[in-house]
Amino acid sequence: MAEAKMPLWEVFIRSRTGLAHRHVGSVHAPDAEMALQAARDTYTRRGEGLSIWVVPSAAITASDPADKGPLFEPTASKIYRHPSFYEIPEEVGHM
Amino acid sequence: MYSQALNERVEGPRIVEDPEKLAAFQARIDAEERIEPNDWMPEAYRRTLIRQISQHAHSEVVGMLPEGNWITRAPSLRRKAALLAKVQDEGGHGLYLYAAAETLGVSREELYEQLLAGKAKYSSIFNYPTLTWADIGCIGWLVDGAAIMNQIPLCRTSYGPYARAMIRICKEESFHQRQGYEIMLTLCRGTPEQKAMAQDALNRWWWPALMMFGPPDSESQHTEQSMRWKIKRFTNDELRQKFVDATVPQGLYLGLTFPDPELRYDETTGHWRFGKIDWEEFKRVLAGHGPCNRERLAARRKAHEDGAWVREAALAHAAKRRARERAQRIAAE
Repeated sequence: MAEAKMPLWEVFIRSRTGLAHRHVGSVHAPDAEMALQAARDTYTRRGEGLSIWVVPSAAITASDPADKGPLFEPTASKIYRHPSFYEIPEEVGHM
Repeated sequence: MYSQALNERVEGPRIVEDPEKLAAFQARIDAEERIEPNDWMPEAYRRTLIRQISQHAHSEVVGMLPEGNWITRAPSLRRKAALLAKVQDEGGHGLYLYAAAETLGVSREELYEQLLAGKAKYSSIFNYPTLTWADIGCIGWLVDGAAIMNQIPLCRTSYGPYARAMIRICKEESFHQRQGYEIMLTLCRGTPEQKAMAQDALNRWWWPALMMFGPPDSESQHTEQSMRWKIKRFTNDELRQKFVDATVPQGLYLGLTFPDPELRYDETTGHWRFGKIDWEEFKRVLAGHGPCNRERLAARRKAHEDGAWVREAALAHAAKRRARERAQRIAAE
């Protein structure tokens, strides 16, 4: 007998205060509360986290890897966005 | 451990791939780029990975059984807590790996169904029984030791989600091997009866542990493609030799002997040379005729069936709550 599928959740963990939540993996669970519980058991058995987010995987919109060129390549030529593009005389000191 | 899956032919219809895409894919692999779930990949690469990662996941899950057998009989609270944590880790490793496999477009339910139906394989080692407490020591020391040898190169495997799962697993597994060796050390420093128990366990586990690396390179044709795709980084024989070289001195430190009269140190190469492995036994166990194959699958099926009502109830509860929230929202509008 084929069983009903458990919804999939993406798990994000904040490892220390001051750091952003970071994607660590996913879990299956029927609802958000149980997803949190499963994420705690699966991903924080050794003090890895202070806070967990779970997000339904279906709620994530991702960019298409095929669009990598048009999306990200234009920035390569915009070197004037970096501080090292500008020349400041040494006498001025650190800026 | 668990790269035994890479030694078999991938089944399914032959698919002719676009040579241009194939060349671009190989170029990415050669440049050490990681392949991610939505990237284009050859169908054979996808199938090889699904089979490899799912067999690895199954091995973790079935691997809980031989050790679970001793949790209630661990000789002290310290040993019991450690064994319980180790078995729980293995459950967790199975979950990381099923999740990695799912990124390739299969569901965990499908994969698990294949295991329960006896259609999927898992590491041959878990079809041996754990007869005494020393077997728990040997599993940690040898079986997890062999697993680590196999898994460290998998941290650099070309498929991103698999590599990331392996990094987590390797970090956690080093405790497994150390706790096993500590059990062996304690037994070997104990009474003559305890030391004899440790020796007996080593006698039974040594050869099956060597088989974990899969058939010799001369008989494993499918290794080549997996190496080209950088799913696999070392051949079976290379990993087996590394394991023997690392493990023999540890066994000698324990004051134990290995059940191999041909085992000797080769001064010129710096390697330990070992005798012939009984590949007929390996094939028998992999084909389902090991000492515990039937028992292992029966235990997994029972656990799955006994838990079915919990999964159903949890889904029904979630659906009921969602419906109630929706009704309240509508009433409030």
